[in-house]
Amino acid sequence: MEYHDFVEVVVDLLKKAQTELPEDVVEAIKIAYEQEENEIARKNFEIILKNVEVAKKKKIPICQDTGILAFFLEIGRELCLDFDIKKAIIDGVKKATKEVPLRPNAVHPITRENSNDNTGLFIPYIDLDLVEGDRIKISVLPKGAGSENVSVLKMMLPSDAKKIKSFIVETVALAGGKPCPPIFVGVGVGGTFDLAAKLAKKALLRNVLKMDEFEKEVLEAINSLEIGPMGMGGKFTALSVLINYAHCHTASLPVAVNIQCWANRRAEVIL
Amino acid sequence: MNLRTPVKVGDVLKLKVGQEVTVTGTVYTARDEAHEKIVEFLKKGEKLPFELDGSVIYHCGPIVKDNKVISAGPTTSARMNKFSLEILKRVNCIAFIGKGGMSREVVNAMKGKAVYLAFTGGAGALAAERILKIKNVYWEELGMPEAVWELEVEDFPCIVAIDAHGNSIYEEVEKKVKEKLKALL
Repeated sequence: MEYHDFVEVVVDLLKKAQTELPEDVVEAIKIAYEQEENEIARKNFEIILKNVEVAKKKKIPICQDTGILAFFLEIGRELCLDFDIKKAIIDGVKKATKEVPLRPNAVHPITRENSNDNTGLFIPYIDLDLVEGDRIKISVLPKGAGSENVSVLKMMLPSDAKKIKSFIVETVALAGGKPCPPIFVGVGVGGTFDLAAKLAKKALLRNVLKMDEFEKEVLEAINSLEIGPMGMGGKFTALSVLINYAHCHTASLPVAVNIQCWANRRAEVIL
Repeated sequence: MNLRTPVKVGDVLKLKVGQEVTVTGTVYTARDEAHEKIVEFLKKGEKLPFELDGSVIYHCGPIVKDNKVISAGPTTSARMNKFSLEILKRVNCIAFIGKGGMSREVVNAMKGKAVYLAFTGGAGALAAERILKIKNVYWEELGMPEAVWELEVEDFPCIVAIDAHGNSIYEEVEKKVKEKLKALL
C-alpha cells in the first residue's frame, strides 16, 4: 500500500462514517420508534429516521457537528509500512474536511483559534494497537460535543461496586436533553484514570444490539427516567449501554461514562 | 401554524408548548462566540450589523461549502443561557430555535415576548433541505461554526418547547425525571 492510497482510504472511511449510520444503530432506532407511544417523541424519531435517509441518499453529513475525530488502529505485527501512518491519517482528515465536507471543529483550547482543517495538537486522536497477523483495521469514531460535554469520570471507592449502576443512571439524568437522546452509553469500569475513559470510548465501537444482562439492566433503569428523545419526554432515553472492563488497583475503582448521541457514527475498514 | 419573520408579539403569544410550527423567512445562526459578541455590542450601545428585534436566532453552527449550507442542525441551547438574558432585556419580540431547552431564568425573561422552538438535534441533513439560501454572513473571522449566517428558510419544522407564557416542556420532563430518579436510588 502506498501513502496516497492510504490517505484516500481515510477520506472514504470518514465520508462513510459521516453520511451513513451503521446498520445496528439504525436498527436500534427503528425498534425504539415502533415501541414509542409519546406523540412528540414519535415526531422526533420520524425526523431522525428521515434525516438518516436524506444524508445517505445525498451523501451529506448526518449532523453538522462532524465531531472531533478519533481513530483506533489495530496493526498486524507482521506488517511493514514504509510511510508515516499518523501523517497519512492527518492528511486524510485535512482532505476529508474539504471534500466531505466536515465542519472545522478543532480549535486551540485557550485562544479558541480554529485550525480550519480538523487537526491540531494531538488531534485527530490516534490510538495504535499491535495485533497478530499482517492486516490493518482502522476504526473511526467522530464524536460531537453535545454528548461529549456531559460525559463524566469518577474515581469511585473500591467498596462502591454496587453503586456503579446508579452512577451511570445519575449521569444520564443530569445530562437530560443536552446530548441528543436517545443516547448510546459507553462505560469503562476499572483500569486507571485515563484507561477508564478510553475503555468507555472504545465501548461505543461495539455492536449496540449485543448487550449482556447487566448492561440491559442499566438500560432499563435509564429508560425508566423517561427523559425521551431530545429531553422532551418518552420511553426511550437510551438505546444501548455498553460496558468494558479492566483490572484496576486494589485501592481504586475508576468509572467513566462516555455519552454518545443517537447519531452514533462510526466506520471501519480492514486492509 | 406557520411563523413568518420578522416575528410579531401577537403571533408569538398564540404559540403553546407541544404545538408543531414551521418557520419561514430569515433566521440568524449564532452560538457561543457570536452571542458573546452580540452582548458586547449591546452593552456598549453599539449598533449590530443585523436587526435583533423581531429576529429568529438559530442556535446552530452549520457546515458551509461554496456558499451553500450542507448540514445545519441545532446545537445545545443551554450554553447560550446567560447571553440570551441580555438579549431578551433589549428586544420587544424574538424567537429562538435550538435543542435541549433553556434555563428557568431565560424562560421567565421570555414571558410575553419570546418563544423557543425545538428542532430535532442531529438532523442536520434534513434541516439543510429547508434552507433556501445564504443571504449574508457576519463575523466570518470567528470561523465557520461560530460566525453569524443569515439564512432564508422555508417551512422549517419545529415544536414549541418553551412558550411566551412561562411553560417549558423540558421542565415538565425534568420534574418527573427527578422524582423517578429519587425512587430508583
